[in-house]
Amino acid sequence: MRLACPHCGPRDYSEFRYGGDASKQRPPHGTTGHGTGDLQTWHDFVFLFDNPKGPHLEYWQHVLGCRRWFTLTRNTATNEVGEPK
Amino acid sequence: MTFRRLPSGGRIDRNRPVGFTLDGKRYRGFAGDTLASALLANDVTLVGRSFKYHRPRGIMSAGVEEPNALFTLHDGARTEANMPGTIVDLIDGLTARTQNAWPSVELDVMGINQLAAPLFQSGFYYKTFMGPTKGAWMFYEPFIRRAAGLGAATEAADPDRYETRFDFCDVLVIGSGAAGLAAALSAAGGGGRVLLVEQDSALGGGLLSEPEQDGWLQARLGEIRNASNIQALTHTTAIGLYDDNMVVLVERHDHRQPDPAKGQARQVLTMLQAKAIVFATGAIERPLVFANNDRPGVMLASAVRTYLNRFGVAPTGRAVIATNNDTAYAAAFDLAAQGVEVIVADSRTEIPADLQRRNSIEILAGTSVVDVKGKNTLHAVLDGAEQRTITCDVVGMSGGWSPVVHLTSHGGIKPVYNAAIAGFVPGGFAKTHSGAGAVMGTFGLNAAIREGAAAGGGSIAIAAAGGEDRPYAIVPTWMPPRRKGKAFVDFQNDVTAKDIKNAHQEGYHSVEHLKRYTTLGMGTDQGKTSNIIALAEMAELRGLPIEQAGTTTFRPPYTGVSLGAIAGRTIGGHFRPTRRSPLHDWHAANGGVFIEAGLWQRAWYYRWAGDTPESAYVKEMGLVRRGVGISDVSTLGKIDVQGPDAAEFLNRVYVNGFAKLPVGKARYGVMLNDDGIVLDDGTTTRISETQFYMTTTTAQAGEVMSWLEFLLQTQWTDLKVQVASLTDEWAGMAISGPKARAALELAFPGVDVSDAKLPYMGCLDFSFDGVPIRLLRLSFSGELAYEVHLSADYAISLWEHFLKTGASLGLKPYGLEALASLRIEKGHVAGLELDHRNTLDDLGLGKMAGKEKDYVGKALRQRPMYQAPERWSLVGLELLEPEKRLRGGAILFAKDDKIEGHGRGYITSVTWSVELGKTIALALYNGGLKHVGEEIVCAFPLKNELTRAKIVSPHFIDPEGKRLHA
Amino acid sequence: MSKYSAFSLARHALDPDLPWPRAWRSPEPKASYDVVIVGGGGHGLATAHYLAKNHGITNVAILERSYIGSGNVGRNTTIIRSNYQMGANTGFFEHSLKLWEGLSHDLNFNCMVSQRGQVVVAVSPVQMDVFARRGNIMRLNGIDAELLDRGEVMKLLPYLDYSKDARWPVCGAIHQPRAGTARHDAVAWGYARSADMAGVDIIENCEVTGFAIENGKVTGVETSRGRINAGKVAIAVAGHTSHVAKMAGLRLPVESHILQAFVTEPLKPIVHHVVSWGAELFYLSQSDKGGLVFGGHIDGFNTYTQRGQFAKIRDVAECAVSLMPFTSRVRLLRHWGGIQDMTPDGSPFICKTPVKNLYLNGGWCYQGFKATPASGWTYAHTIANDEPHALNRDFSLDRFEKGNELDEFGIGNWTYKQ
Ligand SMILES: Cc1cc2nc3c(=O)[nH]c(=O)nc-3n(C[C@H](O)[C@H](O)[C@H](O)COP(=O)(O)OP(=O)(O)OC[C@H]3O[C@@H](n4cnc5c(N)ncnc54)[C@H](O)[C@@H]3O)c2cc1C
Ligand SMILES: [Zn+2]
Repeated sequence: MRLACPHCGPRDYSEFRYGGDASKQRPPHGTTGHGTGDLQTWHDFVFLFDNPKGPHLEYWQHVLGCRRWFTLTRNTATNEVGEPK
Repeated sequence: MTFRRLPSGGRIDRNRPVGFTLDGKRYRGFAGDTLASALLANDVTLVGRSFKYHRPRGIMSAGVEEPNALFTLHDGARTEANMPGTIVDLIDGLTARTQNAWPSVELDVMGINQLAAPLFQSGFYYKTFMGPTKGAWMFYEPFIRRAAGLGAATEAADPDRYETRFDFCDVLVIGSGAAGLAAALSAAGGGGRVLLVEQDSALGGGLLSEPEQDGWLQARLGEIRNASNIQALTHTTAIGLYDDNMVVLVERHDHRQPDPAKGQARQVLTMLQAKAIVFATGAIERPLVFANNDRPGVMLASAVRTYLNRFGVAPTGRAVIATNNDTAYAAAFDLAAQGVEVIVADSRTEIPADLQRRNSIEILAGTSVVDVKGKNTLHAVLDGAEQRTITCDVVGMSGGWSPVVHLTSHGGIKPVYNAAIAGFVPGGFAKTHSGAGAVMGTFGLNAAIREGAAAGGGSIAIAAAGGEDRPYAIVPTWMPPRRKGKAFVDFQNDVTAKDIKNAHQEGYHSVEHLKRYTTLGMGTDQGKTSNIIALAEMAELRGLPIEQAGTTTFRPPYTGVSLGAIAGRTIGGHFRPTRRSPLHDWHAANGGVFIEAGLWQRAWYYRWAGDTPESAYVKEMGLVRRGVGISDVSTLGKIDVQGPDAAEFLNRVYVNGFAKLPVGKARYGVMLNDDGIVLDDGTTTRISETQFYMTTTTAQAGEVMSWLEFLLQTQWTDLKVQVASLTDEWAGMAISGPKARAALELAFPGVDVSDAKLPYMGCLDFSFDGVPIRLLRLSFSGELAYEVHLSADYAISLWEHFLKTGASLGLKPYGLEALASLRIEKGHVAGLELDHRNTLDDLGLGKMAGKEKDYVGKALRQRPMYQAPERWSLVGLELLEPEKRLRGGAILFAKDDKIEGHGRGYITSVTWSVELGKTIALALYNGGLKHVGEEIVCAFPLKNELTRAKIVSPHFIDPEGKRLHA
Repeated sequence: MSKYSAFSLARHALDPDLPWPRAWRSPEPKASYDVVIVGGGGHGLATAHYLAKNHGITNVAILERSYIGSGNVGRNTTIIRSNYQMGANTGFFEHSLKLWEGLSHDLNFNCMVSQRGQVVVAVSPVQMDVFARRGNIMRLNGIDAELLDRGEVMKLLPYLDYSKDARWPVCGAIHQPRAGTARHDAVAWGYARSADMAGVDIIENCEVTGFAIENGKVTGVETSRGRINAGKVAIAVAGHTSHVAKMAGLRLPVESHILQAFVTEPLKPIVHHVVSWGAELFYLSQSDKGGLVFGGHIDGFNTYTQRGQFAKIRDVAECAVSLMPFTSRVRLLRHWGGIQDMTPDGSPFICKTPVKNLYLNGGWCYQGFKATPASGWTYAHTIANDEPHALNRDFSLDRFEKGNELDEFGIGNWTYKQ
């Protein structure tokens, strides 16, 4: 598989580090200021996955290159990779 | 059966004789021979014994599909088992041995398995060896294992060298038959970089066995040589197609006898990124299934032709050609031309007229070979329209052709059945792929050339070959005629047509069930000659058309590939990178003994203190507790954090506050993961309003760096902060002990390091002899201690400077073992406690967490069981029985507990305490410090030890921190 | 119905035309069953066997979208062991190993359970302590374990790299003599045959495409072969867990990842144990047929394609050659991938779901093969009693809410790092 780093261009996937599902919204910082915050929201964010068979928006880092984190859509049924953002 | 070398002809180099041995006996062949062709030329026809029944076997094919003629090559550490003789280039001095037979292939004792053969039906293992008792298999298994397996490997390390590389090209052409050559030339006409790969030792594919087309072949090879943008590689196999057009190639150099001492690689693996791929992989001939079709001397018809035309090896007298299609006639005509008497048994009742026109051979239409008898002389039993038994030297069989769709299938496109050629062809292609020639089911030479030219882009015309294509016709026959005697489908695994019938009866219908139940296609030949036959037979048994019976999966690699080639040079000492501190060379030269810690090599202890770690670390600890020592902490992660929002950023990632940290001050911080588990700890120093200097643990440096980058680049993009790793650029050394300040004063005269100027958790940046120094007053050991950080380039100079100036104080280096032991005495947590399962509270650090502010992990650390009072949390232990030992990994029990189950905790780290004069430990214990003062039991059943210990505070020394502040 | 034995083999040998009976029937689906099991892998088939054997429930169908055993049960590296240290894992996997020990007898099908022992090689003194903790817990739970020093490892595994060149030294090992391998396909077929004999319908080429749910209770499934009603529905679809659960409206702590496996040419016996390595995730054994069977870590990003990345293949080959230098000259014959359902903590689910009468078995990560008997055993209990067995109580969906993760290897909550 080849991924296109937005900074360096297409590279073998072994240069990258996977960062998981990027469609999930991280609960905004500051919402757990006092007390426990919304445990359920955090639980769902950290532990639950859509895990679709098809297009999947995800994080990658060009960890052995420029270290840029970016997102791209990959089809998990075919590993076809879309353009990075 | 008898074979001989013809006085002339073939592509061998008769001026270069080559000597080799088989089972110790000497033979001669010529350069250009394969081991198989040379053996045939020497009339060696019995070359192996089969896997299960130990039936005598000969050479069946002339290529990678060979199921029978497997040899063990070379000796000693270079021993290589299971090599098909058909793909081994003959080199001078080659030693080969036959396999799976004892004492010899002629007199194989295990041949008695043939008598028990009726027992060994498919699935036989599943139905027996279950009694008399439950574990009976453990009794039978060793016998079965010894009988199974083909050749024997050596336990010795491989002395040869392998390389891996990346490469790129515009067009990759796989296969150098007529279609591949045309494709490569045509693609080269387009101007791009073309790579043509061929697994065989020469370019030409099937044309190497067709002397009449040699003119065309030589002309094209000349053009290829002259094309500056074509690279043609022989001995190179495309083993697999991976995502995004990566094709893996393996080039073998054995024929050049590479010398590892000269850096020559035995094999080179290339990860090739191709913009376009032309598959011109050809087709493999199938055997016919009839009784005793495995007798030595029964060969594929195309192989008979190859041995004749390419290697100049021919049967001496008579040949029977058994076929259901047209292609076998080429072998028949060529044999006849050499004076061999040829009888063709063609199972078809109608035979194309143009084949019958030639009268050099006898053709029996509607007649099949149904059995072959005899041991040294073959007797082919014919049945059908004609019934006779013919004594002959060789039976050449052709059951049709199977296109080599392996590689195209690796990409996920299933092959489809083409009834016209009775074979599977690619079921389509990805955008940048195309196919040409026999792989497409195109068997006409000129049609293949045209197809190749088109696949290569069609930018230039490719000359046609002589003669006209004739149509290909086949009337497939799959099932054997009903006769007594084993009719083999998979020769290597001894799978017969009867086995397939059994599998069908028992309901193992799907192709995969069939393969797994009978082991069909699981041999070194990967079922190249057998899979399609078996599938067709199963379809017939089920009464289904072949296209409905499914296809088989083709798993990479296309042919077996040495693990060494895949691993390349990333093995042994180069298996993973070795990281060394900038002070490494000093340690090595001055009595430092190293230990592997993750990727790092760290100074474990120094010889000045002792010759074993056990004796040395205690002395080094004493040095720090009573005097002053210096230790290399360069492996710590070091991260420069800068920007107007740097303080806010750190305040979010650490559980404790960093927003108000004054400039010039350091603070110990702990980070959590989102789930509330501790990620890492370390100290971070505020250099200026907008700049911080963070250190992380050695183990987590990479993780923390990526995590910070992730948060800044994708989550909190509004924060104006940059991070940069200084881990490799900077070195660090700890100066610890009551005399540490004195050592600094001696080392940095004129720099005020007084407690007032540089209090505990203070930071001083200054320049010494022109070198920027960052001096931090931190302590891991609990003593008065400092860390000095500076550019790695000056690390050794400064280190030596410290040793020199500190000599009068007795300053000496201490290693990792002492460092880790000192921190136990102090009760600092480290890797063994930060094991990704523990919360802040488990480590006794809950109080650090900010109440008001938000930080990463704050919500989920409050999950109910993370807050449960009975969680295992950090305690100290003191050994109560001095004659015994505490050990890491011991399981803890309360005094009156039954010693079983999971206990109430475990010991993470143990040391001898120089200060207390006893063995102490850190542990995690149910309820933690609530139990201080209690006596507990440490169980280490692996050594049958039960040891009493007392729970104490983990801060064994100086709990008030007086020394830190001294 | 015919029992397999040396005697029956001999009878068939003497009379080659005597047909063997089918190992399992190929029935048409009925309109309704008491229990419908989705997925004809090891776990689904084992569940049917124990539903019949332990609970007398036989009006059961197993619906398999392809052929039985087409999934991971027929793709794994066949290692069975019970060296688990975290809470519920220890008892569960030991129960499984005990069931393995009697499995061939129980099923009258030789599953070739080979207790040749597993040796996990430690590469540092610290790792020896970590292994010791595991071994001590095993011993304290009645499970066999022994600590080996370097010299003892040299005797057992003479072919490892003990040279100065080795990147990491062999410091010692932990050994579980009762661990080993089993013939994976035989496990699927043996359970299938036994369940079939008990009256269970095994329906191949039948894909579940939806669930009928009324008032929060499941009443049946939609399939590629029509609607089938069911009193209870039990999911056991391994790598497809999320996909199938989604049809019932469930979102799970599961991601699907590819794990690759490898087999070499057959060799005469040379590796007599299951050998694993503490430097990186790597495990190897030699099959009865003679091939070296091995594997490593998942590729590391979620996917449903069964095609592995070559970079991972290199990683694994590097491990093989570095740990066992002789393997350099041994040829790889096949490699393939299976889709695993990875959970954040690496541990599975055998539990009830928020939908009444719908049960979940999944999240097996690397370890589902060795779990097969106990998984079927406890899942059958959970289905029959609508309540988990003590052994699987902690394998619940709500453990992440509670903070009751079972992170056996201390990797942290990441599906793709587990
Ligand atoms: C390469 C590899 C190596 C492994 N090695 C080991 C090992 O050494 N030891 C070990 O303990 N474990 C190992 N495992 C893990 C183990 O194989 C799995 O965890 C286990 O097999 C999963 O359970 P199962 O057998 O029920 O799964 P599967 O055999 O995958 O069964 C699930 C079945 O569900 C079917 N299915 C899916 N969707 C539907 C639908 N909608 N309708 C109907 N049917 C459906 C599938 O076709 C499949 O047959 C390995 C896994 C892999 C991939
Ligand atoms: Zn980049």
